Amino acid sequence: MNVLVLMKMVPDIVEELEIGADGRSLDLDAVRPIVSERDDHALEQALLLKERAGATVTVVALEAPEVDEVLFTALAKGADRAVKVTGVEPAPPTAAAAAVLAAVLPKVPNLMPVDLVLAGCQAIDDLDGVLAPSLAERLGVPYLGIVTGITVEAAGAGGTASVLKEFAGGTRGRYTVCLPAVLGVQAAEKPPRYVPVAKVRAAMKARTLEEIPAGDGGAAQLVEVAAMTKPEAAGKAEMLEGDPGAVAAKLVEILAARGLA
Amino acid sequence: MSLTMPVPATGPTLTLDNLLDSPGGRELQSCIQCGICAGTCPYGEAMDYPPRRIIGMLRAGLAEEVLASDSLLFCVTCYSCMAKCPRGLRLTEVLLPLVKEQVFGRLPEVPAELQKALQNTHRYGNPLGESPRKRSAWTAGSPVPVRVLATDSRPVDVLWFTECYTAYHPRGQDTCRATAKLFDAIGVDFAILGHEEKCAGECARLAGETGLFESLTDANLKVLGKYEFARLVTSGAHAYDAFTHEYRALGFDQPVEHTTAFFARRLDRLKPLLRRKLGVTVTYHDSCALGRHNGMYDEPRALLQAIPGVKLVEMVHNRVNATCCGGGGGGMWLDTFFKARGQERLADRRVKEAVATGADVLAVSCPYEVSRFEDSLKVLGYEKRMVVRDVTELLAEALGAPEAA
Repeated sequence: MNVLVLMKMVPDIVEELEIGADGRSLDLDAVRPIVSERDDHALEQALLLKERAGATVTVVALEAPEVDEVLFTALAKGADRAVKVTGVEPAPPTAAAAAVLAAVLPKVPNLMPVDLVLAGCQAIDDLDGVLAPSLAERLGVPYLGIVTGITVEAAGAGGTASVLKEFAGGTRGRYTVCLPAVLGVQAAEKPPRYVPVAKVRAAMKARTLEEIPAGDGGAAQLVEVAAMTKPEAAGKAEMLEGDPGAVAAKLVEILAARGLA
Repeated sequence: MSLTMPVPATGPTLTLDNLLDSPGGRELQSCIQCGICAGTCPYGEAMDYPPRRIIGMLRAGLAEEVLASDSLLFCVTCYSCMAKCPRGLRLTEVLLPLVKEQVFGRLPEVPAELQKALQNTHRYGNPLGESPRKRSAWTAGSPVPVRVLATDSRPVDVLWFTECYTAYHPRGQDTCRATAKLFDAIGVDFAILGHEEKCAGECARLAGETGLFESLTDANLKVLGKYEFARLVTSGAHAYDAFTHEYRALGFDQPVEHTTAFFARRLDRLKPLLRRKLGVTVTYHDSCALGRHNGMYDEPRALLQAIPGVKLVEMVHNRVNATCCGGGGGGMWLDTFFKARGQERLADRRVKEAVATGADVLAVSCPYEVSRFEDSLKVLGYEKRMVVRDVTELLAEALGAPEAA
């Protein structure tokens, strides 16, 4: 079984986000990239599949600052191959990234066909979760998102997987998906594993990242950012003070004045 | 010269396989299997293999069985077994780190909080997961100016290595501000590394994450090499331990002092300034790293006794017998793991002893202890009977005019 995991870098929000000089983008000098959290779950799910049933896990990422360490970390955790798509900096917008990946994946030696493509179902710069379904559309395979569990029933041509998908309110649905398929992972069945730093360092010494040029697979940008602003503080908060009875009376008065009580 | 053997990843490779044939390991062959180590270990009963059994199993060639158990996570590296061993075996310095490293590498799952702390330390240089850029943010509220070497790199007498919980935790920041005030009061020329400082890494090392420790020592030694300073003074008990032993073994040769000892050695200058009467009864908790591992028992007590209106009382277990707060060796992030295995938090156990003294204040000198003991006081319902203060906080409070009391 071949499992492909897509990983991408997103801004680490441990730092304050700043708007760039163009007023339409993030100031990337003010933030450090970090691997998208849900992509880390996608990798974990792939490694769990490998441990349970055996699989070749290949991790693919677009070239970006600090992405090498992410790929070596994936190798140290148990991924078999790591591929970096070069010539795509600065990072393309999501829909274009999907087009780049769809064009480049068939060119990666000995990769396709794969049984499963796993990606995070969302990223903090792709809250609509467009990447995975766009890629599925371009590859002409089924897509299922918000996935929280995968069991491959039969790999290869005509294979199927039983997939757990989460809905609002804790409801879950089990689906049978024809393979190959693209799945947007919300959470792996277990939290992403820890890999000791020494193992990552060893992977950096002993393993290599495969590189493949992106070529001209890009698509026209469908959506443009017109302006980006930081949240503005507005309105005011009023603290009600006094004994509980007085506070309750005041609260009722406020609600009544707004027609809510 | 360090008493500590090099950690396996940095020295000539010392592994469990060749341990018993190494000079330090041959020493372990002299273990008489008396079991004092297991008896004195605060979590001895929770371990499948306390030190005595580990040595016995190694000698019997059963290392794999030892390593397959995750119960060595209960080792909070309190140095009790080492301090009590009648053969003087360096259990916490040599044996346990080697075993813990192997156990850590084989854990099917690293307990979630520990994993997060280690990942944060690797990425941000602090286990709290705060922005590295904000490591000197506490200086904004400092009562005295604090020089950051990255912006003013002139040579300095004291390079103050603040360490993580002191720099980021709100209560640790109180300690930082108190320490800055004390440095200023006795006219010390001091500066901090600010965002260039990373966790000293001692707890990562003793949790078994030696590779992480290595990357932290690399980064810190590189930064320290950029500046000229006469001594390194740190607020971190574990950082003090790391600099005194491990960083020393890696070539760091500047004098190292913990803030508590630094001020104790300058008590002649500090004492005349301590004029504000506090009027409290204080009991002091010996940090394992400062006390049992480095023999620093008298310095904090001398400081406390120099404060007007402080009555010092001792807990049942004090000095070499002090019981651990449970925060060492990764224990800081294993409370949930300990609880899940049905074990009491060691900080809770310690706080009960402290309350039993009748003291108003539990004084500490390790940044972990402030939050650990404050949590325990709240959990046990003692938060109105006792407060936790770093020794430097009490000293800073005592600075000033007598009438301010």
